Amino acid sequence: MIVMNTTLHDLGINSGDVYLLMSYLLAAIFFVVGLKLMSHPETARKGNFYAAGGMGLAMVTTLFLYRTPAGHTIPTLNVIVILAAIAVGSVLGVVIARKIKMTAMPQLVSFFNATGGAASALVALMEYSNPANESAVVTLLGLVIGTIAFSGSMIAYGKLDGKVGDIFAKWTTWFNLFLLALIAGLMIYMLAFPHDMATGTKLSYILLVLALIYGVMFVMPIGGADMPVVISLLNSLTGIAAAMAGFIYNNQAMILGGIFVGSAGGILTLLMCKAMNRSLLNVIIGAFGGGGAGVNKEHGAVKEISLSDAAVLLAYSQKVVIVPGYGLAVAQAQFVANELVQLLESKGVEVKFAIHPVAGRMPGHMNVLLAEADVPYTKLVEMDDINPDMPNTDVTIVVGANDVVNPAALDDPSSPIYGMPIIHAHESKNIIVMKRGMGKGYAGIENFLFFNDKTRMLFGNAKDTLQKLVSEIKEL
Amino acid sequence: MEQFLVYFYENKEMIFIITLSIFLGLEVISNVPSVLHTPLMSGANAISGVIIIGGIILLGSTDLTKFSLNMVLGILAVIFATLNVVGGFVVTDRMLEMFKKKKK
Repeated sequence: MIVMNTTLHDLGINSGDVYLLMSYLLAAIFFVVGLKLMSHPETARKGNFYAAGGMGLAMVTTLFLYRTPAGHTIPTLNVIVILAAIAVGSVLGVVIARKIKMTAMPQLVSFFNATGGAASALVALMEYSNPANESAVVTLLGLVIGTIAFSGSMIAYGKLDGKVGDIFAKWTTWFNLFLLALIAGLMIYMLAFPHDMATGTKLSYILLVLALIYGVMFVMPIGGADMPVVISLLNSLTGIAAAMAGFIYNNQAMILGGIFVGSAGGILTLLMCKAMNRSLLNVIIGAFGGGGAGVNKEHGAVKEISLSDAAVLLAYSQKVVIVPGYGLAVAQAQFVANELVQLLESKGVEVKFAIHPVAGRMPGHMNVLLAEADVPYTKLVEMDDINPDMPNTDVTIVVGANDVVNPAALDDPSSPIYGMPIIHAHESKNIIVMKRGMGKGYAGIENFLFFNDKTRMLFGNAKDTLQKLVSEIKEL
Repeated sequence: MEQFLVYFYENKEMIFIITLSIFLGLEVISNVPSVLHTPLMSGANAISGVIIIGGIILLGSTDLTKFSLNMVLGILAVIFATLNVVGGFVVTDRMLEMFKKKKK
């Protein structure tokens, strides 16, 4: 039965407490609507503002309306210190985010994810030695998950930035399982057996160190090509860690936001695995590449093409498809690529970009890079949509891509990439491959497309080659 | 079993919220064109900085009148979380700005 004349005072709360809750509800709505809007190109930017607005709202109301269990709001001194810390973080964040090059975007996301994980771990670490905190289970989970997200993201950042190499040995899998068992065992021990505060604090530091090592060892053996999946997974972990911290404070904004992002990151991870036709377990346990039996097969010689021949071939084609890869990104060739597209279109050629789901270093990374160069996103066609059209394509230009056009993925069961969906470049009438040299792709395997009778090679840096090609076409 | 039932009953609201949030996350993401995967990942990453609320609560409840380890760690936690939030949203906006520019 609802008693209408209950007062806030009867409930032991004041109006500020209710406003705080309402602001959390509003923030949660902003998060969900924001992410929803971000799933469409037209509304994406607005969605990001919504999500940021929700976060800002929750931060401000927490700062001024939150009441400690003792019943008073945050003291003025603390408010000043918190605002100062936020100011430092904001300035650093804006400067780093604005200065970074677009090609370095994936490692930046990984770095920001690491800072979020670190924050969760720190909050959990301090709350564990807080006698007033009664939720030991979520505190320990938050500590372990946040720490793994932190150290794992830092290694992923290092790998993408070329600072950390791949280390893979048979023992790493077993070592990691052992480490995980050790972490679980220690957590159970800490929860099941009572111990005094000093011992507990020591144990929590041991747990922190173990989780740090696990995060490093977890990401270390995973090949660079799989980093997008790993970052997405770690992103999901950071969300879960934040939710765990939310349980400590019984804070709805943290729980909702954390779980929501955790599940969104989780599904994104699975979507990426699906794009590569691999299971998540396979990504985590099996290192990619390393060369299978298919490497030593007989193959013919590659045939080169001159710039002028390539220019004529392109200018008199009807349909041209460009398959961009990471080589285009590192050479910063996306601007020249767009110039080529506009030039060809002025000559009546229909040009499209074929985007493999894992082109670049992150799903959608290539789209961002091409968008930076003013390529309209309507020109970017996804793999599944362009493949049926490949046999009608006059020329396919492969720029700095390799594994995503390797036909071995379709017909060579011994190849490590067998089963990965590819762009069917080999089905088009002519193929021009722009490459720096005959080096192997990220997965370290031979590409038989290069030895195809219809394929012609254009060796050199992607940007220089495209630039020369553009001037050749202009002179026609 | 008895204990589990009690736990479920006592935390029923939370269990409902969590379960529905999981489905919400799955639902929002599953229909996204891969064009937007990177910005979306970046945006989700920024939202996972919601731990900033925890940082504010923690630092807000710490006695700052005298120097302590908790004070240092608390300040670090707030700085790190802000980096995640602000950096995350700014970098996402930078990515999305490019999509916008396109539409003359």
